Amino acid sequence: MAYSEKVMDHFTNPRNMGEIENASGVGTVGNAKCGDIMRIYLDIDENQIVRDVKFKTFGCGAAVATSSMATELVKGKSIYEALQVTNKAVMEALDGLPPVKVHCSLLAEEAIHAALWDYATKHGIEIPGLQKPVTDISEHEEEEEY
Amino acid sequence: MNKLIYLDNAATTAVKPEVVEAMLPYYCEKFGNASSIYSIGQESKEALENARQTIAGTLNAKTEEIYFTGCGTEADNWAIIGTAEAYGNKGKHIITSNVEHHAVLHTCEYLEKRGFEITYVPVDEKGLIHPEDVEAAIRPDTILITIMFANNEIGTIMPIAEIGAIAKKHGVLFHTDAVQAFTHLPIDVNALNIDMLSASGHKFHAPKGVGFLYIRKGLKLKSFIHGGAQERKRRAGTENVAQIVGMAKAAELAMANLEENEKKQTALRDHLISRVLTEIPHSRLNGDAEHRLPGNTNFSFQFIEGESMLMMLDMKGICGSSGSACTAGSLDPSHVLMAIGLPHEIAHGSLRLSLCEDNTLEEVDYTVDCLKEIVARLRAMSPLYEDFVKKQKK
Repeated sequence: MAYSEKVMDHFTNPRNMGEIENASGVGTVGNAKCGDIMRIYLDIDENQIVRDVKFKTFGCGAAVATSSMATELVKGKSIYEALQVTNKAVMEALDGLPPVKVHCSLLAEEAIHAALWDYATKHGIEIPGLQKPVTDISEHEEEEEY
Repeated sequence: MNKLIYLDNAATTAVKPEVVEAMLPYYCEKFGNASSIYSIGQESKEALENARQTIAGTLNAKTEEIYFTGCGTEADNWAIIGTAEAYGNKGKHIITSNVEHHAVLHTCEYLEKRGFEITYVPVDEKGLIHPEDVEAAIRPDTILITIMFANNEIGTIMPIAEIGAIAKKHGVLFHTDAVQAFTHLPIDVNALNIDMLSASGHKFHAPKGVGFLYIRKGLKLKSFIHGGAQERKRRAGTENVAQIVGMAKAAELAMANLEENEKKQTALRDHLISRVLTEIPHSRLNGDAEHRLPGNTNFSFQFIEGESMLMMLDMKGICGSSGSACTAGSLDPSHVLMAIGLPHEIAHGSLRLSLCEDNTLEEVDYTVDCLKEIVARLRAMSPLYEDFVKKQKK
């Protein structure tokens, strides 16, 4: 399995890694069982533009790189444009992913959707085409610590 | 540090220069087929038999009880399927453990599909098999017990002497996959009542592509690879003389320094374990601290994932391995880490660093220094750690 230079670049120097306090929307997807969890924070201004975006990811190199790339693709976009960022777009922007890692890009797309859903719910807005995320794990149970 | 720090010796090892030197004459000069009657053929034959004698000596076995194979996996397949075929009329029950290498587990699953019943004896939270569980699993139709000498992932050394005694008492054949243990621990097949033993050259500084199976004299195991009359008609195929010579040389070197190597690696291993556990919070050692291969360490770091850790270590020139699903290309983490009861996310954050006698204290210290940075960096990136910290503050 070999990663592209772009994947390695985003893994080594992740863009927009961190948290946003009082974010407009937060979405967490994936589960620890499969080994990938992504969380996206969105700061959305009054014109419904993604002013800032941050991510946190528990996962492999591809999971970190797809999260990082996804944040780059939605930053500065309207919420409607952000919704159009697909896993394919994330993958293409990274010059591809090994077949076993394609699910990471799906997770990145879902994380954005989950954050947008959180924003829409909090602000009573309906974003056409946006569906309630199925893999949101924000309510996940904490495992006992070792 | 600019040079490579290789801490994945349980995966494979560097071939020692002395081993290469011993092998070289058998490529361009003494290249004869060991079955040919002219002098260079007979020289190959002699080299082959000397190698067999050397290997037999390391195990307190008879020379004619050693059969060369292409790898450890072949030896495991042959021992298990060969026993099933030769003794299947006596019974169709085999006992193994749930932490065996896939070479054993998948072979047992293959037999399960062909009418055999397999009992997978569980291990405890340290990865140890309890001999009484093995004894309790024996039935009148049990023909084979196959339990690894030491685990490849968490380094646990199994109670082989006790299991061997149980097998002997009940008249059941006993095979052990000693791929991780051979030349790293002293093994006497007679004292331990081992009937069959698999080993692989590349785990002890011989090249890849050569291994052997010890078969106690009198066992009815038939040929597994069909063809010519090589290996006392039990393993056809022209002998890989150069690599067999290399394996014998590597075994000879390792056995001559066994105690010294064991002592050195154990000290280095315990230093590594102690530094990691005291300097990296939320870390744990997987496996047993005491019954452990001299070169094996296996840790779990909470809140982070193994592949990311390996990639960052690689950027520092450090080679390790992980039981994370991502590194295996599947969704489930290592079956061994699951068997000792680790939750999935703890198993995903596992790291195996396996030493050999050539590793130094300097390398180990540099690795721990890098690891501390890497774990901290990945935790800063982890939503699980964020949740944990927020929960602590509450």
